[in-house]
Amino acid sequence: MTRGILAYGGYIPLRRLSRASIAQANGWFNSALKSRAKGERALANWDEDSVTMAVAAARDCLGERSRDDIAALHFASTSFPFLDRLNAGIVAGALNLKSDVAAHDHAATQRAGTSALALALEATHAGPQLVIAADKRQTKAAGTLEMDVGDGAAALLVGSGDCLAELVGKATRTVDFVDHFRADGFAYDYPWEERWIRDEGYQKIVAETLAALLKETGITPADVSAFCMPCTLPRVVASLAKKAGLRGEAVHDNMNASCGETGAAHPLLMLGHALENAKRGDFILVAGFGQGCDVLAFRATERIADFAPKLGVKGHLARRREEKNYQRFLSFNELVTMERGMRSEVDKATALSALYRKRDMLTGFVGGRCSVCGTVQFPKSNICVNPNCNASHTQEDQPFADLPGKIMSYTADELTYTPDPPACYGMIQFEVGGRIMMDFTDIDPRELEVGRDMDMVFRVKDRDPQRGFIRYFWKAAPATGTSDSGG
Amino acid sequence: MASGIRDKVAILGMGCSKFGERWDREADDLMVEAFEEAITDAGIEKNQIEAAWLATAIEEQHVGKSGVPLAMALRLPLIPVTRVENYCASGTEAFRGAVYAVASGAADIALALGVEKLKDTGYGGLPQRSRGNLNTMWWANFSAPGSFAQLAAAYRAKHGASRDDLKRAMAHISVKSHDNATRNSKAHLRNAITVDQVLGAPVVAEPLGLFDCCGVSDGSACAIVTTPEIARSLGKRDLITVKALQLSVSNGVEAQHNSWDGSYFATTRVASKRAYQEAGVKDPRAEIDLIEVHDCFSVTELVTMEDLHISAEGRAINDVLDGFYDADGTMPCQIDGGLKCFGHPIGASGLRMIYELYLQMQGRAGPRQRAKEPTLGLTHNLGGFPHQNVCSISIIGRA
Repeated sequence: MTRGILAYGGYIPLRRLSRASIAQANGWFNSALKSRAKGERALANWDEDSVTMAVAAARDCLGERSRDDIAALHFASTSFPFLDRLNAGIVAGALNLKSDVAAHDHAATQRAGTSALALALEATHAGPQLVIAADKRQTKAAGTLEMDVGDGAAALLVGSGDCLAELVGKATRTVDFVDHFRADGFAYDYPWEERWIRDEGYQKIVAETLAALLKETGITPADVSAFCMPCTLPRVVASLAKKAGLRGEAVHDNMNASCGETGAAHPLLMLGHALENAKRGDFILVAGFGQGCDVLAFRATERIADFAPKLGVKGHLARRREEKNYQRFLSFNELVTMERGMRSEVDKATALSALYRKRDMLTGFVGGRCSVCGTVQFPKSNICVNPNCNASHTQEDQPFADLPGKIMSYTADELTYTPDPPACYGMIQFEVGGRIMMDFTDIDPRELEVGRDMDMVFRVKDRDPQRGFIRYFWKAAPATGTSDSGG
Repeated sequence: MASGIRDKVAILGMGCSKFGERWDREADDLMVEAFEEAITDAGIEKNQIEAAWLATAIEEQHVGKSGVPLAMALRLPLIPVTRVENYCASGTEAFRGAVYAVASGAADIALALGVEKLKDTGYGGLPQRSRGNLNTMWWANFSAPGSFAQLAAAYRAKHGASRDDLKRAMAHISVKSHDNATRNSKAHLRNAITVDQVLGAPVVAEPLGLFDCCGVSDGSACAIVTTPEIARSLGKRDLITVKALQLSVSNGVEAQHNSWDGSYFATTRVASKRAYQEAGVKDPRAEIDLIEVHDCFSVTELVTMEDLHISAEGRAINDVLDGFYDADGTMPCQIDGGLKCFGHPIGASGLRMIYELYLQMQGRAGPRQRAKEPTLGLTHNLGGFPHQNVCSISIIGRA
């Protein structure tokens, strides 16, 4: 039985920081930045991290598809918010995957995404495997990495049977080649010289793995239509492709100009981007580099045209809001100490027992539907909220994440503490019933209006600076296609 | 229907501290300040008080829990003291406790005192507090102005009012309250302002600007109540009695059910109707002389005029701009400056409203006294947020 890709999707945050604004702020310190001040990089909102972006990418991939058959969730990142708490477990909860799902965090290398994909493809006999990679890499101000990376996520559902693209083969190499590292307790990467990384790393390790893949699979190099390999060093991928006999046009756009390199997610994001353009019979290679290399080869099947992610990589690239305020980037990434004021000092200790008890509500965003009168409400309660019903113990599960909502009332609050004032929030009313006074995100205050269509997104609610815990909940964002920001 | 509270209880004495930034006073000082005025007014001895109710809302900011802070501050003689809290409507809640105690015959004379010492946070506005383990995990990150500001968006959507018209009516409300407070020596904010100042002020929560928000104050207010018979036996004439006390508490319909449109207070509409019935008021617009409402924000006062069934629905903007509620209008609202300018020491506010009606009915309101003494007045004390709140209505008047 063939195995391969059943669905794919991506996520790129709304804001794009122009590199010119980075160069303008830091060029005095690092003049090399000026020559790289082209294009833009994706910038996660203050309430986004690898976990929330993973949820967004998975929702883009899975759409309305039932999630009950998913046997395992593989989550790859080098920027997990938790070192000891299963990050994939939070994602599984937000996606309402069944509790018998297996879940794994794949960490500690830029090729964690491709390694997770390779591993998942070995496990398809157990059922569909959801592979998600997300990264929000922390970088120091005024370094080139700050310009090169972007925040983002990608998701793939792989399994056996009717695939959009079947696995042709894969090759891997593991070598402790330390192009950069980040040790425990350190916030930032420590890189070595780029010329050495190029000559001893990419040109040898990747070249060898790619050659092995082509040999093992017997793919004619000239038949490859897309070679998805992230690399911010100039001309490296073109040179590798040429050496392997691939056509120059096969080198896939690394989205440097529009998004930046999204860490462990980037090979899969490029793969998703390539799949959106693929035609039946296309060979697509995806490579991940980091203490070795993974290369996987897929061939698009006749089903490739039958699938489209909800928004996809192209859709996310088009849905953008230019950010020229470099200071906001610094603040979101805690690279500058802002005076947050005393209102920010409220103790944000989380009662873990309460969070667990209400995990379906808080993480899964499951409300209630009265089995007597059909009224939908959030949260669930013992007694139906409908004043003409008030039936007791009649609440059935009603997931809210995919319900379309509209703004009933709103404000833009300059008083309450938020990392990105003004705090926009209001009452969201759902078409099927139910309403929630909830936080808004990714909205320009000028877009606030009664009746505006809003989508539900999984985001960071609060960070507890004393203990490091992160609370997640759902927020309302302008519905896709309704914002001035495009998309 | 129960017979109600009408004329069963009389106000024997009242007191109110100066409201404001009382940097040199602790909560117990404020309690004593209000109490001394009230007991002098009542003309009784402290040991004649048989039961007491203490209202504070943000008690962790000052006195802490229980009835002990009141008993300690006043050295009450080991009588029952109950601390009550019902959001910003706590003051009226203390009054309700004392009035019901007298009406039931459990006590001949009872005390209600509200106090709040808010100005020790280090910042302006209300203290920022946890809202409970579960609520903080999902409630919007809303402030008080941000929750009330949403009335404006929903009211505009429902009635087709322009932002400018609404803002002008809201500005009129604030200018009127500031003007009234210039004639009140106990008020927190005693400066007159102009409509242009209001419209040009920095935005706090769209569309509320700085002057659309009430003061956050330190202060205390207090009432001593008894039966009309005892009041007369103590030599009191021209009694002022309680005509109605009603409380309505949201049960989650506004917050969770799509039958509420966000433009009004469901509780106020219910509590005021019940209060009119209890007091025997048929036509509030014609019968009530004076009102004190919970003007935490200008837009709250505006929509409340409709929820009290005084302005017709959708017509509050007109009544406000026509001066119906001005000090020299048909039915003055906030003749003492209201929460806006008298100030808002939370637990004291409901009692402060009753205090003003009580003074006006006795002709003791000084420079702000209505020429013709009012005989029937209403207080509206709201707590919480438009989408989930408690609304306390009292009607008092000449016996």
